[in-house]
Amino acid sequence: MNNFKTLMNGVVTENPTFVLLLGMCPTLGTTSSALNGFSMGIATLFVLVCSNVVISSIKNIIPDMVRIPAFVVVIASFVSLLQMIMQAYTPALYSSLGIFIPLIVVNCILLGRAEAFAAKNKVIPSLFDGLGMGLGFTMALTILGAVRELIGTGKIFSVSLYPEQYGMLLFVLAPGAFIALGYLIAVVNKIKGKA
Amino acid sequence: MEYIIIFISAIFVNNIVLSQFLGICPFLGVSKKVETAVGMSAAVAFVLTIATIFTFLIQKFVLDAFDLQYLQTVTFILVIAALVQMVEIIIKKVSPALYQALGVFLPLITTNCCIMGVTILVIQKDMNLLQGVVYAFSTALGFGLALILFAGLREQMEYSHIPKGMKGTPVALVTAGLLAMAFMGFSGIA
Repeated sequence: MNNFKTLMNGVVTENPTFVLLLGMCPTLGTTSSALNGFSMGIATLFVLVCSNVVISSIKNIIPDMVRIPAFVVVIASFVSLLQMIMQAYTPALYSSLGIFIPLIVVNCILLGRAEAFAAKNKVIPSLFDGLGMGLGFTMALTILGAVRELIGTGKIFSVSLYPEQYGMLLFVLAPGAFIALGYLIAVVNKIKGKA
Repeated sequence: MEYIIIFISAIFVNNIVLSQFLGICPFLGVSKKVETAVGMSAAVAFVLTIATIFTFLIQKFVLDAFDLQYLQTVTFILVIAALVQMVEIIIKKVSPALYQALGVFLPLITTNCCIMGVTILVIQKDMNLLQGVVYAFSTALGFGLALILFAGLREQMEYSHIPKGMKGTPVALVTAGLLAMAFMGFSGIA
């Protein structure tokens, strides 16, 4: 099934974080715990799917000159919608993700997929592409968040696996994000190199 | 006095790239040579300061005045995109030499989370216009500092023997992590 292939493309072959290296800011900034990483991924997934579908639907009415600003407006509108929903229904998550929620607008993944896929394909394939990329991104963020949380505090999704005092605090702080992601990408490179 | 504190804390203590994680994409993408790093930093400094002024004025006189705060995200990104376009056209006309030096980085700045992030932070931290401008300019200097340091490190690493799996982005990220650790030493100054 072509759509399933599109979906798996986003999750594995062209994973936005590990392969395309897009959207690094939220990847590093929101993964201090597995739950934060997961939530950020889901939030981005929501905006990605919605904006891909809408952009694919209206791609034929937008004049070529204002293409990018039009895409930006669509994406920004969905991000504003997401902000308001999160502020109302998940206030704790809203304050822990902080400034990275409005920054989904400038996440290169969204504009990149809009430009590369949604603008050239029909609605249903674009939906699957958004879903695939979003799932790939969520997976990457959850893995990174889980690794950082586990090494840093001994917990994973707040379930304690070993006493916190033996954890390496560095990994939940800024430098740890860089180092953890660096090694994760090295591992992915190694796996890809084999396959 | 408080301006000096804003200045020092934005550059060293809360460095925008190394502790606030904004502006990572250009940080990793444009830092292979020191010259390109300098060019990018100059462009960001320019755009960031002007963008802060514009978005601040729009927030105060349009969004707050008419109770339209929910339009903040959409308005800010459109303002930044338009500003970058305008700045590019103006620089091209006024100083072709400067355009040649900065040129290719300007369009990249629109999706730079650094710009959008700082403009939103200025509003969130309830600064006045002068504080906002000082903060934006200092943040851009901090961005430049981190970028140039990193470019120097990467240029030096070209001569090192790096395991195959770590070449490119992985070793760059680990280096960035070590640089971030070094900058953590500044915490407590301000």
